[in-house]
Amino acid sequence: MSTPVVTITTPENPVEDFMRTDRMPHIWCPGCGIGTTVNCFTRALIDSKTDLDKLSIVSGIGCTGRVAGYVNLDSFHTTHGRAIPFATGLKLASPDMTVVVYSGDGDLFAIGGNHLIHAARRNLDIKVICVNNLTYAMTGGQTGPATPLDVITATAAYGTYDPPFNLPQLVDAAGAVYVARWTTFHVKQLARSMAEMFKKKGFGFIEVISPCPTLYQRRNKMGDGLDTMKFYKQVSKIKHGTPTNEVGLTKSGEIICGKFVDRERPDFSTMMHAHLEHELGAKYIPAEAPVCS
Amino acid sequence: MARGSVSIVVERCKACGFCVEFCPSKVLALSDAFNSKGYHPPHATTPEKCTGCDLCGMYCPDFAIHGFRTDKTAAAAATEVEKESGDAC
Amino acid sequence: MHADPVGVLTGAHFLDGDHAACEGAIAAGARFSAGYPITPSTEVVERFSQRAPKIGATFIQMEDELAASITILGAVWGGVKAFTVTSGPGFSLMMEHIGYAVMTETPCVFIDVQRGGPSTGLPTLPAQADMMQVKWGSHGDYEIIALCPNSPQECFDLTIKAFNYSEQYRVPVFVMMDEVVGHMTEKVVIPAAEDIEIVPRRWTSKDKSTFQLFAPCGEEQIPEMAKAGDGYKVHVTGLTHNEKGYPDMTPVVQERMVKRLVTKIRDNAEKICITEEIDIEGADVVVVSYGITSRVAQRAIETARAEGLKVGSLRLITAWPFPEHVIRAIAPKVKGFVVAELNLGQMVREVERCAGGQCRVKLVGHAGGTVHKPEEILKAIQGVVR
Repeated sequence: MSTPVVTITTPENPVEDFMRTDRMPHIWCPGCGIGTTVNCFTRALIDSKTDLDKLSIVSGIGCTGRVAGYVNLDSFHTTHGRAIPFATGLKLASPDMTVVVYSGDGDLFAIGGNHLIHAARRNLDIKVICVNNLTYAMTGGQTGPATPLDVITATAAYGTYDPPFNLPQLVDAAGAVYVARWTTFHVKQLARSMAEMFKKKGFGFIEVISPCPTLYQRRNKMGDGLDTMKFYKQVSKIKHGTPTNEVGLTKSGEIICGKFVDRERPDFSTMMHAHLEHELGAKYIPAEAPVCS
Repeated sequence: MARGSVSIVVERCKACGFCVEFCPSKVLALSDAFNSKGYHPPHATTPEKCTGCDLCGMYCPDFAIHGFRTDKTAAAAATEVEKESGDAC
Repeated sequence: MHADPVGVLTGAHFLDGDHAACEGAIAAGARFSAGYPITPSTEVVERFSQRAPKIGATFIQMEDELAASITILGAVWGGVKAFTVTSGPGFSLMMEHIGYAVMTETPCVFIDVQRGGPSTGLPTLPAQADMMQVKWGSHGDYEIIALCPNSPQECFDLTIKAFNYSEQYRVPVFVMMDEVVGHMTEKVVIPAAEDIEIVPRRWTSKDKSTFQLFAPCGEEQIPEMAKAGDGYKVHVTGLTHNEKGYPDMTPVVQERMVKRLVTKIRDNAEKICITEEIDIEGADVVVVSYGITSRVAQRAIETARAEGLKVGSLRLITAWPFPEHVIRAIAPKVKGFVVAELNLGQMVREVERCAGGQCRVKLVGHAGGTVHKPEEILKAIQGVVR
C-alpha cells in the first residue's frame, strides 16, 4: 500500500491581511504586549464581520499610538492626547464609519483626559482601546496617570506617591456605555470583548493591561514580558459587573478583569438627529456622508 | 496524528517566550538556532500534540507564529513549516 | 465649479464681519465646524450653529480650542470642508494642530478675529498682533496662506478665497480679521450661487494600489486627496513621512518632504499674493496697511494727497505669503514706505527685509485697543516725504 502524498497549503496568519507588511518588523520591544492586542483586534474584526473599508483607526502618540501605522486600514496617527477629538470629527463627518481610537494610558488619560471625558459624556459612537502599560513608554518610562503607587519610574526615582486614576471608574463616571478590562494574557476574552464593543453603539472603552518590560517592569525588578504575563495570569480575577470604583490597581495586587459596564444610552448622533428633527421638523436637513466626485 | 501545525516566521521572532508558555499542549520550546538578530526562535518539539488552536498566534506580539488546523485537509503528517521572511529588517 | 445653492443667501444684507465670514464659509461649501467660544469671534460659530441643521451641515462645540482645531481635521479626512474660528488665546492653543494640518497637508480654514494681547489682553477690542504668529506660531519650518479682510464684504469674499486656496494647495489657510472688522456692520452683497467660484477638493481617481497620498502631481505639484472610507487605506501621520504617508524619519526624507511643503507655497507666491495697489506709479511714499488699519490709512492718504503729496497705497490682502516681489519692485522708486499696523511692529519687518535698505521704512505702530488716528499716519507720511 502506498503512502498518500498530501500537500499542505499553509494558511496565512490571519493578522497578515491586516498589516502593512511593508512596514514590518515593528518597533515594539521583545515581550511588549501591544502586538498581542493587535492580534486580538484583528480577530475581533474578523469575528464581527466589520466592513474594513468602513473602519478607521485613530491613534495618539506613544508606543500604542504606533498601532495606527502598522494596520492596513484608513489610519490616522494624530497628536498627543488628541486622537479622540480627531475621531469625533471623522465620525461626525462620516457617520457610517466605525471609528476606533487605539492609544495608551498617558495619551488618553493625561494630556487627552479632557477629551476622553467629554467624548464619554456625549456618548460619541467611537470605540476606545486603551493599552495600559502603566507608564509613558515611548519617552523612556516616566510616571503616568495610571502608574500605581510606590512604583519607580524615570521621573520618580524614589517611587511614586501620587495615586493613579482608576481608568474604568473614570470612563464609567463620564458616561461610557461599555467598559471592560483585560490583560494581554486574556487573548480570547479580549478579542471577544472588542468584537462585542464594535457592535455596540455609543462610547465603548476597553482597558488592556500590558507589559512594558524594557522600562516599567525592568525598573521595578518585575522580570521580563513573560514574567509579567505569568503575573497577570496569577493575580487576575474575572469578575464581570464589578462596580468600577472597586477595580483600582496597585503595584502587585489583584487585577480585576471583565466587563464592568454594558448599558443602553442613546449616542450623540442619535440624540442630535432626534432633537433637531423634533425642533425643526421639515426644515432639518441632516448632514449626508460625503461622496468624492 | 496531529490536528494542527504551526508556521513560524523566524526572522520576526524576538524569543519573548509567550507561545512556549501558553501553548496548552506544550508543543513548543525555544530552539538552539539563531535568527539574524540573535534570538532563539521556537520550534515544535512535540508536533504530534499540536491542535492548531492558534493560541500561539494570538499571543505572539511579533506576528511570528501562528497555528492552523490540518486534520481537516485529508490525512497529513504534522510538519513544522519554517518560513524565512524575505523582508529587510 | 460653482457654489452649491443650498446655503447661499443671495441678496444684499446688513451684516457684521463675523456673520459675513460665516456666510462665506457656507457659500464656499463648508459643512462642518467645531468651535469654542472666544470674544470677538464667537458670533461666527454661533451663526453657523444656527444655520448648520438647515443646510446639511454639522456644528459641534468642543471642550477647548485644542480639540476644536483637530476635530475639524478629522472631519476633513472624513470628506467635508471644515473650519474653526478663534481669537488670540485660542489661536495660541491651536498652534500644534496648525502644524499638524500643514504636515499632513489637510485643507482647512482657521479664522482669527484678532484682539488686544498678549495673554487675555483686551477681549472686546481690536489689534492686529497675531500676524507673525500666524506664520511662525507652530514649531518647525512651514508656509501658510493668510488673508486680511478690511470690511464685512471682504470677510465674506476672502473666506471663500481661503477655502479655495486651502483645496488648491492642500494647506491650512487663515482669515486674519480683527475685532473692528468682525463687529462692524455694513452692506454685504452675496451673489447668486452660480456666480461664486469654488475650488472643489482634488479627489484622486488613481488606482487604490498605486495612489500615493503625499506624492506631488499636476501643474502646481500638489498631492491629490483621498478620504477614509473609500478603500484607499490612507495613512496620515505628523511624523516625517514619505510619499506613501509612511513614517520615514531620515534626513533625506525630511529634506525632500519639508522642502516640498515650503516650496509649494513659495514657488506659487506670486500667483497666491493679492494686493490692492493705488497710485503707486510716481509716488514718493507708499503706505502699507491691511485689515481695519487700511480704512484709517485711506483717510490719511486722502488728506496727504490733498496737501499735494504723492502718496500711494499698498494694501496687503494676502499677508502670507508676503508679497516680496511687490515691495522689491516699489522700493527703489520711492522715498519710503509707511507701514501702519495695529501692533508694535510685525509686518513692517517683512517690508524692511524686502526693501533691503533701498528706501526708508517708517512704522506707525499701536499697542491695540482702538484704531489709529488718521493724523498719526499722516504725520508719518509727511515725515517720510521730507
